[in-house]
Amino acid sequence: MSLAQHLPALQVVVPLIAAPLTVLLRRRSLAFAIVLAASWTALAIAVLLWLQVGERGTISYAIGSWPAPWGIEYRVDRLSAFVLVLVAGIAAVVLPYSRASIEAEVPPQQQYLFYTMFVLCLTGLLGITITGDAFNIFVFLEIASLSTYVLIALGRDRRALVAAYQYLIMGTIGATFIVIGIGLLYLMTGTLNLADMGRRIGVVQTTRPVLAALAFLTVGISLKLALFPLHQWLPNAYAYAPSAVSAFLAATATKVAVYVLLRFYFSVFGQSQVFEKLPMPEAMLLLALAGMFAASTIAIFQTDLKRLFAYSSVGQIGYIILGLSFGSTDGLIATIVHLFNHGVTKGAIFMLLGGVALVMGGTSLSRVQGLGKRMPLTSFGIVICGLSLIGVPGTAGFITKWYLLLAALQKGQWWLVFLIVLSSLLAAAYVWRFVEAAYFREVRKDIGETVLPWSMAVPAGLLVAATVYFGLDTTFTVGSARQAVALLMGGLR
Amino acid sequence: MRWAGHFTYFVTVFLMVAGLFIVIARDNLIKKLVGLGLFQTSVYLLYIAPGKLVGGTAPILSDAFTVYSNPLPHVLILTAIVVGVATLALGLALVVRIREAYDSIEEDEILRLDAAGPSSRAEQ
Repeated sequence: MSLAQHLPALQVVVPLIAAPLTVLLRRRSLAFAIVLAASWTALAIAVLLWLQVGERGTISYAIGSWPAPWGIEYRVDRLSAFVLVLVAGIAAVVLPYSRASIEAEVPPQQQYLFYTMFVLCLTGLLGITITGDAFNIFVFLEIASLSTYVLIALGRDRRALVAAYQYLIMGTIGATFIVIGIGLLYLMTGTLNLADMGRRIGVVQTTRPVLAALAFLTVGISLKLALFPLHQWLPNAYAYAPSAVSAFLAATATKVAVYVLLRFYFSVFGQSQVFEKLPMPEAMLLLALAGMFAASTIAIFQTDLKRLFAYSSVGQIGYIILGLSFGSTDGLIATIVHLFNHGVTKGAIFMLLGGVALVMGGTSLSRVQGLGKRMPLTSFGIVICGLSLIGVPGTAGFITKWYLLLAALQKGQWWLVFLIVLSSLLAAAYVWRFVEAAYFREVRKDIGETVLPWSMAVPAGLLVAATVYFGLDTTFTVGSARQAVALLMGGLR
Repeated sequence: MRWAGHFTYFVTVFLMVAGLFIVIARDNLIKKLVGLGLFQTSVYLLYIAPGKLVGGTAPILSDAFTVYSNPLPHVLILTAIVVGVATLALGLALVVRIREAYDSIEEDEILRLDAAGPSSRAEQ
């Protein structure tokens, strides 16, 4: 038994063990060191798993040596390996950044708890991605969600508490809907293993409980991924959470929920039922378009940059779901690539905004006036990421738009091509709000002399660089997505 | 008989809808949590009730019995109960903090206070 065989378990166990250690030690510098080590190890494991999966195909790991479908199976295939790299990568970048950011935003006696919750949240998100067991998804989902509520409540503004409470209510309703869906599927198929469920569901696929399960799962997961009418919790949560938390959540939490949706739609329900017998594509298309337009329009009228980009996230989720609604290879590639590209872009934006909040004393449009002069690099970074949100060639966002347009053209839906371009103009409008404040206004007199610490600037810069890099070289993103789509379209292998 | 056989489902659905209704219709933050608890509890019933077979015994293999009840839902729900307790505890803790910060646990009052003017906890 070599260590390499146990990588799937270690992926979750390493951060899970780091969490109680930080509570026992109580020292924030020690807690930081432990959590940093754990998250970098998690990234190393995720990359190793990605390489292994690329070489040898899907890895199945039986927890406690109980073989699936009786025991809990950890299953790493090309899609989950890709999402694991995203989640662990963002965590590994956000953590070094968080130290200075948290010191400025969270009372000293609570700082070690921030690291505990951060690493627990990481555990949950990695667990959701790696597990092949339906009930296990719910358990990890709750680990991730409960720690997220605490992380948001750590925000300095008292409205963070209300935002956390509202997210707790909405998130729990969403998670309970997911459990109801899983329960109905379990009653009908007699198994909790996703792959096994996918095999057995054929016989009962048009019965009422299975259709009800599909409905419950769709609504529950949509709450978690903030699909347009169910996005109410997101803007406040992102706006009032500490900056490091906003960056981490914006880049990972909703993306993992998208992954769960893909898992259930393709691995369990299979291609035929979801996309051919029910009007799912039409419903998804409608909600995606509503999100793209309504949320982007609301974003234009925000006065706080964190809220502005939070609404922009809801709009960008629209693109992810739009790709899914095509049900074609190019559409799904757009979904999976955008999951990654938007994660990187939004992570970068929220990290830069954390720096802005530290130096300028806030992120409202009136405070960031003259940012182009006061913090030229930060401001430039936000503009680059803004261009990625719009989908300008040379940035990560363009790749997604390209595949979305391809998918729309394949279906001959010219009006949709027009709508995608039109919604990009809305993105241009809200990014322009920032550009106008940052470059065409004078710096306010009451701005202090704080200097952005290197530990915050470097990780943020790294993600901005990644935004550009993944717009130029798509071997990793599109390559992985293409393989993942082949896997999803061909059923489980 | 068909209706009687579905008795547990009716109770489940009633609890589910009642819980959701309380969450949506009440402004009091504690009452919302009570509704949430009720909503989660309905799911416990949804899982556990079908696990029991009439005349079934505990799942210990023996020649004397042929019908066994399914123990797995109980184990699953044990986990779900723990999750529910944790959620409720965290929710109540948040309500305590919200009361400290706003001196109110009525949602409409809190929204009114927020609309009246932002104030950060650091300034108080």
